[in-house]
Amino acid sequence: MSKNYQPGPFHPASAMDYLPLSQLRDLQFQRLRAMVQRAYDRVGLFRQRMDARSLKPAHLETLDDIAKLPFTVKTDLRDTYPFGLFASPLAEIVRFHASTGTTGKPIVVAYTQEDLNDWAQVMLRSFAACGVHRGDIVHNAYGYGLFTGGLGAHYGAEALGASVIPISGGNTDRQVMVLRDFGATAICCTPSYFLHLIERAAGMGVNFKDLPLRAGIFGAEPWTESMRQRIEAESGIKAYDIYGLSEIIGPGVAMECLHQAGPHIFEDMFYPEIIDPETCELLSDGSEGELVLTTLCKRAMPMIRYRTRDITSLNSEPCACGRTLRRIRRIGRRSDDMLIIRGVNVYPSQIESALLAVEGAQPHYQIVVDRQRGLDVLEVQVEVTAELFSDTVGGLEKLQAKLSRSVESVTGLRAEVRLVAPHTLQRSEGKAKRVIDKRKM
Amino acid sequence: MILKQLSVFLENKPGTLSAPCRALADAGVNIQTFALADTQKFGILRLVVHEWEKARRVLLEGGWTVKVTDVVAIEVSDTPGGLASLFEVFERASINVEYMYPFTAKQEGKGLMLFRFDDPDAAVKALQANKVSVVGTVELFKRLGN
Ligand SMILES: [Zn+2]
Repeated sequence: MSKNYQPGPFHPASAMDYLPLSQLRDLQFQRLRAMVQRAYDRVGLFRQRMDARSLKPAHLETLDDIAKLPFTVKTDLRDTYPFGLFASPLAEIVRFHASTGTTGKPIVVAYTQEDLNDWAQVMLRSFAACGVHRGDIVHNAYGYGLFTGGLGAHYGAEALGASVIPISGGNTDRQVMVLRDFGATAICCTPSYFLHLIERAAGMGVNFKDLPLRAGIFGAEPWTESMRQRIEAESGIKAYDIYGLSEIIGPGVAMECLHQAGPHIFEDMFYPEIIDPETCELLSDGSEGELVLTTLCKRAMPMIRYRTRDITSLNSEPCACGRTLRRIRRIGRRSDDMLIIRGVNVYPSQIESALLAVEGAQPHYQIVVDRQRGLDVLEVQVEVTAELFSDTVGGLEKLQAKLSRSVESVTGLRAEVRLVAPHTLQRSEGKAKRVIDKRKM
Repeated sequence: MILKQLSVFLENKPGTLSAPCRALADAGVNIQTFALADTQKFGILRLVVHEWEKARRVLLEGGWTVKVTDVVAIEVSDTPGGLASLFEVFERASINVEYMYPFTAKQEGKGLMLFRFDDPDAAVKALQANKVSVVGTVELFKRLGN
């Protein structure tokens, strides 16, 4: 048991986190059967794909038979835009969300009232898992709107009985003032936005270490263990990793417990598998691959074996908290994010770790890849913060060289480091835009 | 004897120089002297102002990265050899200059220069021992008419 472990009040909804494994697997199988039946009966795409394999819902005899089902991919949502994958009539749909993704048409997701209740429950369990309860003040800085982050965290925190500040994104100075004056004890936002808040607060003479804030529920973008250490050292709070995606429900698919040892998947609601992203072969627990999720209870928009593009592994080792839910290893990268530069595979998270290895560096960066005279060129733009800024040209040039060497030692690629003024790199909806690929393929 | 100088990080692209100066002007801060060190990609704007704390706050609020550094103002005789004899003092006393730039104000045939030394306190001591006139904050801003 770690030094900081303090068992908090126990919320009854968390009981599902501790279901004995045999019961959990039974429940998953029963729910899977019912969900597949519903999807087969009501969604053309799922029925066609199963028919093409001569597969009927009744053919699922054990939980392992899930591997017989076809995969669903993001383009299926685009191709059926906007309502083609709905399994409920519009009259039963009470909420839409949409995500623009990085390119092209948005994808639309929908919820019945029961779906919203389920979502609030998994978010409630997420808060409870990291010791946030009734009596806590939750500063919710995820964007409210079509993005699932804001309203997802909001309803979960309300269901928990916490006091919610629905501040949404933007207006950082006001966020700092409200955080300080309302005495929030927990905050929900992206990890990069939280670092931005710490910085602005310092500029305004507010030190996070003096505030009652103790827990951060951070998600909606991949982040690294070094970023967690940075956040905790600078703010004195505990940073917890929450995982989710709109296609499955939104935030609340998986959440870290007080032990911060990787998010536990709420397996009674979402069934996880890991596959080799190239061959689609099913991999065993502990192996790294692409996370595939199946919704077990979603009504408006069930998802069968949805390929998340997130690269992780499933951890079935028991956690010190006693939850029976498997954990995923922190998601630092997505198979989508992988860049191939001069034939070398590079993930933005590797570049982030390389930058953070340099003293005083903050993870405010952007990667720009271009092709000049047939050759890939990697430029890393780094915001110059007060800690990094030395008053001499020589000092800044030394910093550039140091950052560039660090990136080269981690990725094996020569990188041009360009120092840029703070707050110049794009931040959309609090999500940092990490990569600009200007190459015309 | 030590003065506070503000250094501001700027990207080398059009418009980046006017914005911080405008922000200071809008806050009623007068720039006494400045120097720009730049490379192809970035620049450092160095400023001496009367109310440096206020100026720093204005710049931070505007989102600039600002550093406060200690500099020393030294009187230089405005005659041939004035600068040369000063540098000879630096050499004899092993004082390392990182950079320097002049003030525009002149008084009774004397010019003023700002120096950034690697060790400002030691430099001031050595300069005074060599009878070089180091100008302190109060005297400086009096001369500049504040
Ligand atoms: Zn745990």
